[in-house]
Amino acid sequence: MPEMVKIDEEISGMEKRGYWKDIFVRGRGNSRSPRFLLVAEAENHIQGFIFGEIRAWEFGEPPCGWVFAIQIRPKMRLQGIGTHLFAALCDAFRHAGVTKVRTIMARDNHLVLSFFRSQGLMAGPFIELEMTFDENV
Amino acid sequence: MKLQKASSFALFAVLELAANRARQLSGVEIAEKYGISAHHLAKVLRDLGRAGIVDGARGVGGGYRLIANPKRLTLLDVIQVFEPVAAHAGATKSSKTATDAESALRMILDELDDHTVATFRSITISTMLKLMARKPWTRLARLSRSARTVVARA
Repeated sequence: MPEMVKIDEEISGMEKRGYWKDIFVRGRGNSRSPRFLLVAEAENHIQGFIFGEIRAWEFGEPPCGWVFAIQIRPKMRLQGIGTHLFAALCDAFRHAGVTKVRTIMARDNHLVLSFFRSQGLMAGPFIELEMTFDENV
Repeated sequence: MKLQKASSFALFAVLELAANRARQLSGVEIAEKYGISAHHLAKVLRDLGRAGIVDGARGVGGGYRLIANPKRLTLLDVIQVFEPVAAHAGATKSSKTATDAESALRMILDELDDHTVATFRSITISTMLKLMARKPWTRLARLSRSARTVVARA
């Protein structure tokens, strides 16, 4: 986990040890939402990772694979690591019996948005909505 | 949403050139394949040349080739040569002069523009070529046909 926290910090500029620890703990304890963590190693270090989970009946939809994190060290990009990780995660999802993969990300995250588009993901049936409380109370 | 003719022609040309990087293609060849005006396409190709996306060579054996990197060149890069994509962005009246209805409507239109820009910016020419090779619309058409059959049987 420490290497993944470092990769995330390198990319996001924020240290989120508590968040990742929570992800690991939850991932070990809940068999109804199988989770997959795949890592890419080189030079005895983790260079990238992908996290996915099968979520059932979220938003009323049948079980489906969700990708909720993919991070590749900037110096290791453009070598196909993300593509390999994503393909391996999709294989794991297929093996677990689901036929669809989804993700969600910031609209202005051009890099990751382009990556998922290049893997063949298209707009799904959902629209994300939000509200800031203090503007509407 | 609908693209202007020039934008569509430009995308056809760029996709065609990206799919045939080993050789140069003439404007006429591209126009014939898509059944579009060769005259209009020639103007579009000149604009793409000025934008640094394609390069054209005159004379026998001449033609156009893609000089931009298809893994980096996005739909937005091409379309923006011919038309503004976020039609409403930057057009906001100052909050002092706009009515509440205008401001509320502007907010919704900006929301749509943001999605449009994000979509066009996230799709590269390489991704489009992959999409064209996969042809997901044929599967969607099959699904739609079987759904109609089920409804008809019911």
